[in-house]
Amino acid sequence: MDLLNLTIKKIHQGLVNKEFSDLELTKAYLDKIEKEDKKIHSFLSVYRDRAIAKSKKVDEKISKGEKISLLEGVPVSIKDIILVKGMKCTAGSKILENYIAPYNATCINKLEKEGVIILGKNNLDEFAMGSSTENSGFGPTKNPIDLNRVPGGSSGGSAAAVAANFSVFSLGSDTGGSVRQPASFCGVVGLKPTYGRVSRYGLMAYSSSLDQIGPITKTVEDSRIVFNIIKGKDVLDSTSVDEENTNSFHSDQIKGLVIGVPKEYIVEGVDSEVSSLVEQAIKKYEDMGAKIEEISLPHTKYAIPTYYIISASEASTNLARYDGVKYGFSKGDNLKDLYFKSRGEGFGKEVRRRIMLGTYALSSGYYDAYYLRAQKVRMLIEKDFKKAFKKVDVIMSPTCPTPAFKLGEKTQDPVQMYLSDIFTVSVNLTGLCGISVPCGNMEVNSVKLPVGLQLIGKPFEENKIMDIAEIMEK
Amino acid sequence: MIEKKEIKHIADLAHLGLTEKELESMQKNFSSILDYIEILKKADISSIEKDFSKKGMNNILRKDAQKEISKNERDELIGMFPETKNNYLKTKKIL
Repeated sequence: MDLLNLTIKKIHQGLVNKEFSDLELTKAYLDKIEKEDKKIHSFLSVYRDRAIAKSKKVDEKISKGEKISLLEGVPVSIKDIILVKGMKCTAGSKILENYIAPYNATCINKLEKEGVIILGKNNLDEFAMGSSTENSGFGPTKNPIDLNRVPGGSSGGSAAAVAANFSVFSLGSDTGGSVRQPASFCGVVGLKPTYGRVSRYGLMAYSSSLDQIGPITKTVEDSRIVFNIIKGKDVLDSTSVDEENTNSFHSDQIKGLVIGVPKEYIVEGVDSEVSSLVEQAIKKYEDMGAKIEEISLPHTKYAIPTYYIISASEASTNLARYDGVKYGFSKGDNLKDLYFKSRGEGFGKEVRRRIMLGTYALSSGYYDAYYLRAQKVRMLIEKDFKKAFKKVDVIMSPTCPTPAFKLGEKTQDPVQMYLSDIFTVSVNLTGLCGISVPCGNMEVNSVKLPVGLQLIGKPFEENKIMDIAEIMEK
Repeated sequence: MIEKKEIKHIADLAHLGLTEKELESMQKNFSSILDYIEILKKADISSIEKDFSKKGMNNILRKDAQKEISKNERDELIGMFPETKNNYLKTKKIL
């Protein structure tokens, strides 16, 4: 039996029916990481002994005939910006190279209560700022499908680890597409829940009004299982919400389904094969009886600049805490020197660039022209979506305009790199939920590169868009 | 193109120590990003102006209460201080 390509339910059945032990399962993953991750670099740290000890406990429970939960004994990995007590948490930054998490994020508490086995922490763009994982302070992750290409970002290590069968699923964070875009590039499933639906406590803050934790999984079914465990109000995150919406969708309702396709998303720079694969995918729903409706999101052209001003502004304040005084990289002779050297040398290029942009946008004389204006444009974008959702149940688009690009292809031009988030950022700006699900492959130089279909849902309709996305898998 | 002395001023505000070379490369990148975000000036925000307020928003506060932590947790946190003296965080002189 191939232990490395099982869904959560299959693992659970296998454990309960004693087809394999949890130790065998966990070791299979750890050995695969040890053997193959050198060339992919999807992990920044692996905790072998801890994982093995936990798996033995699961086996003990099973041998005693005790009931185990669905997620019990499932080997997983976590983006290295979410705190797991006792494990290093670097955020992909030299400034936190030796930082050890003193507590668990709420989502980790929830997963560990279910008994998952955390194998280690996944690589990412430094402080989640990037779209290719090339901004990691510890070297890039490579796409397991083609090692010359990026896995996407910023949760590139997470998506690569799941695609390479190094873990059953991973948790990532999505500020402008950082779960969905790497999922699309690596051919896996990535969910960005509605803002506030999953507690951000224990997620290192990048842009607090946009950040959201979401699962990266091999199937939509696994995504649903993980999401329904990690969601919910948390007193430790005042922006988290109590929401009982359990709207779902059954395939026999497809005749009444209205799918919105934004005309503004047919833009220059979208790869023609990506467009055609996504069109075919939407056609599948139409053939099953869904109605396709062209919609307009007229402020789409402002989404990326709005996103960069707001996220950089929030980042410049959130990252002020890394000052060399209390923890992390610290260097300097006097106080001013300590701040300037610790931050100047501890942060990488892209992080410094965004702190600078944010500081500029918030500084006296520019605040109204940049930050305040961006907040207002954000409301215009929100209005576009509200209007569209009066007519349609779900919006579909490509997740990303291109398949995975080559390492180094966009590092010299930050604006080009930013454009890879064109279809995903609006979902963060408006707080909606979105999912990327594989919808086909395109052949480039005899390598089959996956393409993702993005489904955008109304607030709190994660379960509904997952149900609709699941049809794509069949 | 944004002037170098302005880049230096922003870096000072942000407490970032940048070398001359880094300042120059920042100047170049920064200018292309600013050109790009310039498009926002074209957005018609007149419909938002009148209802842009904190309407519908409220603060969520908690008690500023002391939380007990175990000695282990305390030691772990203190262990991450760059410098300590008698179990206190040691900082550089500020005056």
